[in-house]
Amino acid sequence: MKKILTLSTALTAVAFAAQADVTVMSWGGAYSQSQLEAYAKPYTAQTGVKVNMVDADNPATPVKAMVEASNVTVDVADVEYADAIRLCDEGMLETIDPAMLPAAPDGTPATEDFLPGALTDCAVSTIVFSTVFAYDTSKFPEGPKSIADFFDLEKFPGKRAMRKGAKANLEMALMADGVPAADVYATLETPEGLDRAFAMLDKIKKDTIWWEAGAQPPQLLADGEVAMTTAYNGRIFAAAVAENKPFQVVWDGQVLEYDLFVIPKGAPNLEEAKKFVAFATDTQRLADQAKWISYGPARKSSGPLVGLYQDGKTEMGPHMPTSAENLTNALPSSYEFWVDRDSELNERFNAWLAAN
Amino acid sequence: MTDVPPLLTTADGRPLKAALASAQGRARRKAFYLVAPLLLFVVFSFILPIGQMLHRSIYHDGFSSTAPNLSAWFAANPSGTEPDEAAFAALAADLAEMKKNKTAGEAATRINYTVSATRSLFTATARKADKLQPPFKEALLAEDAKWGEPVIWQAMRAASNPYTTDFYLIATDRARGADGGIEQVPENERIYLWLFGKTFILSGLITFICLILAFPIAHLLATLPMAKSNLLMILVLLPFWTSLLVRTTSWIVLLQGQGVVNNILVSLGMIGEDGRITMIYNQTGTIIVMTHILLPFMVLPLYSVMRTIKPSYARAARSLGATSWTTFRRIYLPQTLPGIGAGALLVFILAVGYYITPALVGGADGQLISNLIQFHMSKSNWSLAAALSGMLLVGVLLLYWLYDRLVGIDKLKLG
Repeated sequence: MKKILTLSTALTAVAFAAQADVTVMSWGGAYSQSQLEAYAKPYTAQTGVKVNMVDADNPATPVKAMVEASNVTVDVADVEYADAIRLCDEGMLETIDPAMLPAAPDGTPATEDFLPGALTDCAVSTIVFSTVFAYDTSKFPEGPKSIADFFDLEKFPGKRAMRKGAKANLEMALMADGVPAADVYATLETPEGLDRAFAMLDKIKKDTIWWEAGAQPPQLLADGEVAMTTAYNGRIFAAAVAENKPFQVVWDGQVLEYDLFVIPKGAPNLEEAKKFVAFATDTQRLADQAKWISYGPARKSSGPLVGLYQDGKTEMGPHMPTSAENLTNALPSSYEFWVDRDSELNERFNAWLAAN
Repeated sequence: MTDVPPLLTTADGRPLKAALASAQGRARRKAFYLVAPLLLFVVFSFILPIGQMLHRSIYHDGFSSTAPNLSAWFAANPSGTEPDEAAFAALAADLAEMKKNKTAGEAATRINYTVSATRSLFTATARKADKLQPPFKEALLAEDAKWGEPVIWQAMRAASNPYTTDFYLIATDRARGADGGIEQVPENERIYLWLFGKTFILSGLITFICLILAFPIAHLLATLPMAKSNLLMILVLLPFWTSLLVRTTSWIVLLQGQGVVNNILVSLGMIGEDGRITMIYNQTGTIIVMTHILLPFMVLPLYSVMRTIKPSYARAARSLGATSWTTFRRIYLPQTLPGIGAGALLVFILAVGYYITPALVGGADGQLISNLIQFHMSKSNWSLAAALSGMLLVGVLLLYWLYDRLVGIDKLKLG
């Protein structure tokens, strides 16, 4: 009898352990694939804990809904900076102590190894992505070189596409108007600066298509719908390298942002979630991710470890938003600015869009 | 002398009235138990969530719960009182408490909903809150001069009560001014009312086009021999069974600048290479695609009504000398009214709440109010999303009421 009891207890324990999977919610597509290959598979190989990847349009929305309904089914979510701050403010996220994150191989603590601003109270950055503009080289053999060219319909005729939203567009418009990257947000805070950005957008408004999903811009370029488009750099890279499309990224005037891992409050497997976040954001894992997608690692120590793309011949360095030659005129997106002014500026943007 | 008539009783001696009542009560309970699952389902999946949504549109305790001292000061002093040292002391105390509980962001978010660019004001000041020394007014103003702005004090006063009309103000393009009065926002930020109007007008237009297109199809379906009408019915239903997203993206393939339609027109020489027509990523695209997607919702009710109309009425009218137009206008059309009403109501209500299609093909001028509701959901301003949804709900209910007054809801026939 006792034996049976022991056996059944052991079985239950095994069943319980098997249930403690980590569920990670991310954005889908090539990006989720890169996280699966770089983080999830090695984690399962090392610990035996299964990692389930689930997709969402923007994981911040379901996370908020889940926490509000006290029915949280994900342990880790991948969100944008402003959302990480907002959800943290609203008490919807577990705090993450940077001390639990592994140090760099040379012993530099995580707090110094991560890029500035990459760690917040509730979130750990994994990658740096960037909004850039790209063009079809078959249309412009003598291609545009600077962000100002994107707004120059005389020199480079043809349709444009931009994201339907104020963020990144206003910054790019000001940089195209000659505002140095360092002064962009100070300029945008003044009414005159804002008018200046909208005046710049006015120049191309008639010839612009507005996209909403990240998959749209490479499609618009491939269909010949537009001659140039703003896009997330990873999407253009995937189309250009993996699908051999004649697309060229122009790094001048790029707007950099972090993507971060957060743990929703009430995550079913909190301890596992923390272990997974610590594992996924160590130096090697972040460097490995670049093998699958052209987003820069959020740790300084990962930079030198970045090697070749999965095809085994494409050097990733030049395709990284964080590599030195791409940073000559780059702007790190200011979450402070956007959390402060998101609704006002989007109301104005939508009103501007609707006015003919 | 009036005799009281003997009470009617059942065989076992019970009064008949009581027996009848209990029997009827049993039947009624049985009926109730049968519908109880549906009732519960409707309550939990429909009435409660809508109630919760409406509640959210007038309730937000992000500031009132995190700033109790200041809320008390606002309650004690009527609107229009200049914030004195006591007010600033209450603010400083609340900021210190916010720092301790890490709630500054929560409070700031609530104020930021109504006054832009205040979130950083709260979080930055709260960070240094425990170093503030009296007199607090000078200390806070030295921290940031914005603390003296009347607009911010008005916003805090409005937010100190969790029940608020702020979100409905924003949803109608209005804001609280420095003196507490309600004023319109600057012209270049007005968007919601205009978009509401546009949503209703576009939905009306789409409903009208659907009706014009669906009427002959439904008539054909109802009058053709069975074999042919079945085939036609499948053609109507086939797109209905296809995923919404697939249909929308197929339209993009057809209508875009380098798309099928434009390519055909160019190869036929009807338009030049430079003259490709813009049919998508604008209002035209939204109308075309939504009309196609919503067409079956018009065809089906029309068809079900037309099938029941006896052809003998029309024949009788013709034999009595009516022209074919008179026959249509006086005999056929009135009998299809229940179907027209049902189809129009169905298409209109669906169109008003549509969001995937306008999001994908709407471009700059083809977006509807639902796109902004979705935007605020994703930016976690659920209260504003709820207020906009509430207004949409009221708009639809008003139209429903109008329909009831003009046509009569009992005339509605869905199938």
